[in-house]
Amino acid sequence: MIRSGTKGRILDVIFSSATKICAISVFLIIVAIMVALFAGAWPALKKFGLSFIFSAEWNPVTEQFGALVAIYGTVVTSIIAMLIGVPVSFGIAIFITELCPSWLKQPIATAIELLAAIPSIIYGMWGLFVFAPFFADHIEPWISSTLGNLPIIGPLFSGPPLGIGVLTAGIILGIMVIPFMASVFRDLFEVVPPVLKESAYGIGATTWEVIKKIVLPYTKVGVVGAIMLGLGRALGETMAVTFVIGNADRLETSLLMPGNTISSSLANQFTEAVGEIYTSSLIALGLILFFLTFLVLALAKYLLIRLTLKEGVRT
Amino acid sequence: MADTKAKSDSKPNQTLLERGFASIKGSDADESSKRGPSSLPLKIQVKNLDFYYGKFHALHSISMDIPEKKVTAMIGPSGCGKSTLIRCFNRIYELYPKQYATGEILLDGRNILDPKEDLNLLRAQVGMVFQKPTPFPMSVYDNIAFGVRLYENLSKDEMDERVEWALKKSALWKEVKDKLKQIGTALSGGQQQRLCIARAIAVKPEVVLLDEPCSALDPISTAKVEELIDELADDYTIIIVTHNMQQAARVSDFTAFMYLGKLIEFDRTEKMFTNPTRKETEDYITGRFG
Repeated sequence: MIRSGTKGRILDVIFSSATKICAISVFLIIVAIMVALFAGAWPALKKFGLSFIFSAEWNPVTEQFGALVAIYGTVVTSIIAMLIGVPVSFGIAIFITELCPSWLKQPIATAIELLAAIPSIIYGMWGLFVFAPFFADHIEPWISSTLGNLPIIGPLFSGPPLGIGVLTAGIILGIMVIPFMASVFRDLFEVVPPVLKESAYGIGATTWEVIKKIVLPYTKVGVVGAIMLGLGRALGETMAVTFVIGNADRLETSLLMPGNTISSSLANQFTEAVGEIYTSSLIALGLILFFLTFLVLALAKYLLIRLTLKEGVRT
Repeated sequence: MADTKAKSDSKPNQTLLERGFASIKGSDADESSKRGPSSLPLKIQVKNLDFYYGKFHALHSISMDIPEKKVTAMIGPSGCGKSTLIRCFNRIYELYPKQYATGEILLDGRNILDPKEDLNLLRAQVGMVFQKPTPFPMSVYDNIAFGVRLYENLSKDEMDERVEWALKKSALWKEVKDKLKQIGTALSGGQQQRLCIARAIAVKPEVVLLDEPCSALDPISTAKVEELIDELADDYTIIIVTHNMQQAARVSDFTAFMYLGKLIEFDRTEKMFTNPTRKETEDYITGRFG
């Protein structure tokens, strides 16, 4: 029997409208969240203005609120996490795709997946009960007696060995983002056509040269994307950070001292926030986190455009 | 090229063998080129080479002498091992686990299958061009300069010169001299393949391996690449794998016929295409199988 043309066309229209609705809903959700955040944050923004971003004071008693401590903590822990996570993830992915004997590939890949499957609260507990005491007893004294004495960067690493603090949170975050980035990197490196790698090896390039000049440029869009995915996770991670950062609303130079991040402030304080200004200030923090993530994405796009231009003109 | 074409066009009903003969390279050359491959200065000597993909025995005791600064073609049906054989000459197979070769391959008398062989230097000496064009994700200029930078520390001027030299040598200069900054992948397929050849010769190798270099190209680009091979043979030892028997007849001085992982016959191209010793060779060349 011949399929009826009209029926097919109607189905097609329904199908295309359905997908269109799904796609448009993304915009609607984003706009709705933005509006809600703005509306909630408005009283605080109206009261403190721009000084909300630049003030380090967070005092629920006097109802003076500033986001600087939380912004600083969020940015610094994420930077530390990236400094640790990106190179390690690269190492893992390169080892698996280029160097690893085939019998070892699957066990490593499975271990990474397991690492990714651990809930963040487990990382937090492990960080608080195992890693932080170990860090305080063995690593931090060493850090402050060596790095702490250096000029310029010294103040970042001086202070008492508390175990919990910005550095600890950054390290835990670093460990948490590794499985995500490593598995995305691995998938990316695996799609590089073997013949492209062969031709680079074929003129005598070493593994490192092939990765730097061929694999990375070929996969750069994905690599930047994976780093952003990791950074997004680091910026927004709440539970694990709340456990180990110390939740102190003071601005400290030293990375060994307790601090706070936007998301852990929110998690800790929302239940006890009384009064319109307190709640509104917390929502304003959320709004800032939203913009921070947006900024990171925009930066990534800009970076990609620059990279592409550097590579050669496209016509 | 042009008169070759005219010859074959004038006789549309001739057999494949005759047509091949009409365009066989060196068929009207002097006596000195009519000797067998072993009587010339040798570049590569293969001795009892066996090759395995894991448990699969892909090459069976191959022995052949490849003369210097000549074009040697490898022909044979798909899966006969001709690509496998040339992948041994620069040991590119080692990128993959479980692939290994036994026997000897002597390059200027040095056994390159020796585990102590420096692979990077070997691959600088033995360049390779693949079936599909593989421009690197960088500009035309950098595609050429990439390999050179691995071995030589040239000044900007010297590098410019080398890039120009390689592009001229591969007959691409006129087409891309204003597009050096353009990304290599934006060139046409034929140009990309010539770019890959330029990239291979820019490091000044002694041997160039071509693994079906024209199978993804249109006839005009193919003709250009063939002309190029002809020219390159003055300076380089060229080994080309091809499925196209007329191409083998047109461009090569020597031809090896392989079948089921064995080297059936290896001789002057003229002899292989007009008076092959083995029945299998004749059957393949006349199109009776394969």
